Amino acid sequence: MSDPSLLALTLAEARDGLARKSFSARELTVAYNDAVREIEPLNAYITPTPERALEMADAADHRRAKGEALPLDGIPVAVKDVYCTKDVLTTAASHILDGFHPPYESTVTQKLWQSGAVMLGKTNLDEFAMGSSSTTSYYGPVENPWRRPGDNRPLVPGGSSGGSAAAVAAHAALAATGTDTGGSIRQPASYCGIVGLKPTYGRCSRWGVVAFASSLDHPGPMTRTVRDAAIMLRAMSGNDPRDSTSAPVAVPDFEAALTGDIRGLRIGIPQEYRVDGMPAEIEALWQQGIEWLRAAGADPVEIRLPMTKYALPTYYIIAPAEASSNLARYDGVRFGLRVEGNSLDEMYELTRAAGFGAEVRRRVLIGTYVLSAGYYDAYYLKAQRVRTLIARDFAAAFERVDGILTPPAPSAAFAIGAQSEDPIAMYLNDVFTVPCSLAGLPAISVPAGLSLDGLPLGLQIIGRAFDEETVLRIADSLERAAQFRHVPSFVARGGQ
Amino acid sequence: MALDKATVAHIAALARIKLSEAELDPLADELSQILTWMEQLDEVDTSGVAPMTNVAAKHLPMREDRVTDGGRREEILANAPRAARGFFVVPKVVE
Repeated sequence: MSDPSLLALTLAEARDGLARKSFSARELTVAYNDAVREIEPLNAYITPTPERALEMADAADHRRAKGEALPLDGIPVAVKDVYCTKDVLTTAASHILDGFHPPYESTVTQKLWQSGAVMLGKTNLDEFAMGSSSTTSYYGPVENPWRRPGDNRPLVPGGSSGGSAAAVAAHAALAATGTDTGGSIRQPASYCGIVGLKPTYGRCSRWGVVAFASSLDHPGPMTRTVRDAAIMLRAMSGNDPRDSTSAPVAVPDFEAALTGDIRGLRIGIPQEYRVDGMPAEIEALWQQGIEWLRAAGADPVEIRLPMTKYALPTYYIIAPAEASSNLARYDGVRFGLRVEGNSLDEMYELTRAAGFGAEVRRRVLIGTYVLSAGYYDAYYLKAQRVRTLIARDFAAAFERVDGILTPPAPSAAFAIGAQSEDPIAMYLNDVFTVPCSLAGLPAISVPAGLSLDGLPLGLQIIGRAFDEETVLRIADSLERAAQFRHVPSFVARGGQ
Repeated sequence: MALDKATVAHIAALARIKLSEAELDPLADELSQILTWMEQLDEVDTSGVAPMTNVAAKHLPMREDRVTDGGRREEILANAPRAARGFFVVPKVVE
């Protein structure tokens, strides 16, 4: 029988408890393996790996007994199922990767294991990370552990890293890896009441992460607190010669940046993020965030990011273009699903028709179109030029400010099935997360309050490139002010 | 930009995705709507603006040109739907 009280600890508290030998890595991991089973109704995990978790926990206990403990020794984490994990099924939530057991480990997960972390399993997501609701998975939709009080309809956890967000929020992982291409870490973090950090492009290696849009894919951590995000980010970061876009910059001790002191920092409030039809409660929480930062001694200032309204169409040209190229590798020859045909081309066409879901197919077709002869300049190159202007907007703003405060999403979690009919309405979920994704800047979502119907809402801080320390410091200050202590209606209690 | 059925069929052929006749019309509508929405970018004056081709790095690093990996035939073939005698097997391509 496992100890339920272990599940309520933060990563930092669990780390310190392990160091004091209040409990062992095995005890902690047994509790989390039970929790993973307990939250099965949420469909947050595609592949739990309880045996591997116990082996890794025992190795961690063994190292600690010898006085050789590693920074994350014995910390149970979940891995979004786009990170290749050696000999463990890796699906990207797609039928087309049926049975794929990578013969290699992604750089980021390798770094986590080298820091002593324990793998609980692989989490569910939108197919190939394309979506904002975690409903397009071949393995079925993920449910948010939160429900509206008095309303039993299941809600989406956001996406695409919805399984990771749900697992962390429901106390069935101490932390998880996510990936963020247009908001896929920050928006589900906001919907599930946890912290989600998209680092600077190049901070965490993309090697071994199933590619969606290579110039936009950002691995990053999802945790219950800002401090936990800082701890995870340090373990996940670092230059990797196998990813040529990985930045050759030093990895600071991000936790040390959490001084609680943001006095004198200038915080930009972009006018253009006051979009039409934004719910009053989102606006009110944003205003509250401004007041919290002012009370902590920061200096909020109005800024302009005039290209904001063009970020979504820019993103929805560039991301599908890169996806259509990246997903060309799924051909029925080297891995995954194969549907036989009479010719090589027919085999490709049947395999890809059967293997890709509707949203992936839609994006591959759009991407193919905008890259095709005659349209490349009008769509793809045009979007690349607008992307330059969007990045310049941020560069100009960051000459005046140290961070930018915005909402992470225009709504709280919505009911499963409520938005999936209209692709453009779905794309609008990304309105606040996409601009800084295009610019490659670090951004974090921190839980800050509840909506009128009792669902979590976050606030987003955007920072300068490779200045995650300031982003984390401001986020930590917001977290202290917000005192968000709410828990979802469904959390693992630990074998009771 | 309104896409017709023939264009959707052409894109699908380029993307090597088999579509049934019945799927072409609804997809043509959906994709046309998305493309029309994207065309708001035409409002932006981008004359003289260079396309953004790299995100964070100023330049891509070069490394010494030497073999650093290899000799993994078994591992590489292990996930193949069909393999034989050290090769991937595909439908016959030469008559």
